[in-house]
Amino acid sequence: MNPLATCLLVSALLFAVGLAGALTRRSAILVLAGIELMLNAANLNFIAFWRFGPHPEALTGILFVIFAIAVAAAEAAVGLALILAIYRHARTSDVSEITEMKG
Amino acid sequence: MTLRRLVHCALALTVAFAGLAALYLNLGAEFAGLAQLLVYVGAIAILIVFAILLTRGDDTAESVFSPSGLAGAILAAAVFAVLAWAVETSGIVHPAAIPAAPPEPMRSIGLILMHRYILPLEVIALMLTAAMIGAVILALREKRPQPEQIQRSSAQ
Repeated sequence: MNPLATCLLVSALLFAVGLAGALTRRSAILVLAGIELMLNAANLNFIAFWRFGPHPEALTGILFVIFAIAVAAAEAAVGLALILAIYRHARTSDVSEITEMKG
Repeated sequence: MTLRRLVHCALALTVAFAGLAALYLNLGAEFAGLAQLLVYVGAIAILIVFAILLTRGDDTAESVFSPSGLAGAILAAAVFAVLAWAVETSGIVHPAAIPAAPPEPMRSIGLILMHRYILPLEVIALMLTAAMIGAVILALREKRPQPEQIQRSSAQ
């Protein structure tokens, strides 16, 4: 099978799993994990198109993936700090019970 | 994503990230693969495990899935079907010869990062610093009024 199509299918599967996790789980931490999985699926697409594209010497895909990893790290840190702050306030991390933002 | 315990979910997530890093290495992107291994397996997995441990205590929910969970799963399956259909019908032709990866990707990544992408590098460094400061402030925010409460209760 075509290696590029295989990579794209793996990436689509990863995105679907992440989307299912973000949409179905009650725990806010796992919603964040699902978002991370979707970001990783996009990164895999970048790497695959860089590797099998016509100009692998341009390195644009790898650079974009590195910047995306940095952004994802910052997003995970801020998201987990928010979850901790909300948990300390509301004593729960269940996204279907956190219904108000006003203290 | 269907496991019941949060810690098992975190472990599966770590394994998925490690497998993705191996896939990057297999595709010839050494720098991105190693960065993935360091950042995700090394840092984000630990962060998630710590967050799970810090927010535990009321895991007595009757169901781990949200009330609209079935609709979400169906939507995700539909998205995967559309993506797979798009990949299959996009007419990707098998390249006659897979282009070889550049011989020295590390060196050229360093050079291009310091020459052409110097402004995004600085911007992302600033953003990481701001995000770390913001995360620390968010995680520490509710500890401040406690001494006043203690003084007030002792005064009463």
